[in-house]
Amino acid sequence: MKTLLIGEYREGKLLDSTYELLGFAQQLEAQSAMLVVGSESQLPAYGGTLYLADAASCGEYNPDLHKQLILDAIEKENPDYVVFIHSSYGWDLAPRVAARLKVAQVSEVIGLTDGGFEVGCCNAKMRRTVKPATGKAVITIQAGAFAAIQPGGTPSVQKITASVTSNVSFAGYEPAEAKDVDLTRAEVIVTAGRGIGKKENVEVIAALAKALGGELGASRPVVDAGWVEHSHQVGTTGQTVSPKLYIACGVSGAIQHLAGMKKSDFIVAINKDKDAPIGEVADVLVVADILQFVPALTAKL
Amino acid sequence: MKILVCIKQVPDMESRFKPGAGGTWYDESDLAWRMNEYDEFAVEQAVQLREQLGEGSELTVLSIGPDRVGEAIKKALAMGCDRGVHIQDNAAAMKDPWQIAAIIAAYAKDKGYDLIFTGMQSQDRGSALVGVTVAEELGYACATTLVGFAYADGSVTGKRELEGGIKGVVKLATPALVTCQLGLNVPRYPTLPNIMKAKKKDIQAIPVAELLKEEPLAATVSFHPPAKKGGGIVLEGEVGALVDQLMGILKEKTAVLR
Repeated sequence: MKTLLIGEYREGKLLDSTYELLGFAQQLEAQSAMLVVGSESQLPAYGGTLYLADAASCGEYNPDLHKQLILDAIEKENPDYVVFIHSSYGWDLAPRVAARLKVAQVSEVIGLTDGGFEVGCCNAKMRRTVKPATGKAVITIQAGAFAAIQPGGTPSVQKITASVTSNVSFAGYEPAEAKDVDLTRAEVIVTAGRGIGKKENVEVIAALAKALGGELGASRPVVDAGWVEHSHQVGTTGQTVSPKLYIACGVSGAIQHLAGMKKSDFIVAINKDKDAPIGEVADVLVVADILQFVPALTAKL
Repeated sequence: MKILVCIKQVPDMESRFKPGAGGTWYDESDLAWRMNEYDEFAVEQAVQLREQLGEGSELTVLSIGPDRVGEAIKKALAMGCDRGVHIQDNAAAMKDPWQIAAIIAAYAKDKGYDLIFTGMQSQDRGSALVGVTVAEELGYACATTLVGFAYADGSVTGKRELEGGIKGVVKLATPALVTCQLGLNVPRYPTLPNIMKAKKKDIQAIPVAELLKEEPLAATVSFHPPAKKGGGIVLEGEVGALVDQLMGILKEKTAVLR
């Protein structure tokens, strides 16, 4: 079995998630070649074939051009699976490649079972097992679902280039908003999720964070609703954290949130719903009404 | 200017899901249905663009599914879409994303839409495939995960949400398709007068067999709850006792409480 792994490069740097693709290929017991639109100054530490296009001339995000580079490499390699990380790069590009080849795509794979790919659905509450009906398939893997491996070595580089006209042009990056809090250094984080109900209740969660000498975190819906500043957001589009203690209050446990906090040493979830997906990663799940439980806990500290 | 917005009706995500008879998707009985959250951002952005362009532009909302999806179409009409298209398919949930995209592309192919909006993914299936695949099939420019949108002189400027709070700015020439992410806008609530007006708007019904000629490319073979991790402690009961139990555990297992 052969895979073509599509690595990622952003703002001049190879992303660490690229090594998770190698972890996936290893679990599949597949041979792998890799393709990166990047730079010779930063090559993945891996001894296989690397198709390398120059990001300076191809652009870090140019979906039509990158698609063509990948299609050309597929023709040379004839892989069974073309594999991306399920990231803003992968979910944008992978369906373009799948549609052009008219092959199956399986999105956000979290595991392998019985010759099929396991994916989450229904806001991570349920799972599906999906089997491609085509000889080749395009796969995106969930960030953090497969262990990163760095086999070491120097790749055998094959430089590639393509030229296509595109109706999409990339006009640059906008940096993240300035952070007023660095959650990555916090030893204790108490996070408010949508289950806290309304903005006024953020104070209840913030009071617990303060009593524990920690920081206030927030899940994405709470930030989007304007209840808490973005700088407090935990998850793939916020900060990735690993405190000694993480307390999730009213957080359902969407995949993107779990990816940002599951490396915490000890995880407590407080939720009315015993079946919420956050229970999957929690060391302790307290089934309770947040507005009764959290103030009572704060008062005892 | 012709604009199309594609929406899906999904169950309330707070629901308890259990496998249906075929074992490959959820049992639909006893579920409350609503418009897919990402699609609400798509509808709002399409309506804002329609308002910006004014006379001479037209906004169509399209949905695929059984009769109940008429409710989602009516909500989009009440939010400000001009007309609706209901592609009637009682077995839409059994179609793979390739087939759903093929249905939309077959409908849109000869209509000359300048801009198509979709949500970035559905909340139930979550494949994030349909929008991009439609764009590929139609040969449209495409950008995903937009949290910012502006249109002027045949060109879209979009802000894509990347990881870690960074955004990527892209420019697309029309015809184009964009997929919409949480945070793009604040979807409006339909007002009572607009709900009344929407009742008079046209909803065209098209049987799916007239549009779908494609076989599925992937099959769902099982739908099931996640395997329980096990090892995690579940505490239930009276609040005072729960607080004491949790404090005991934190003292024992973490260095945070002493």
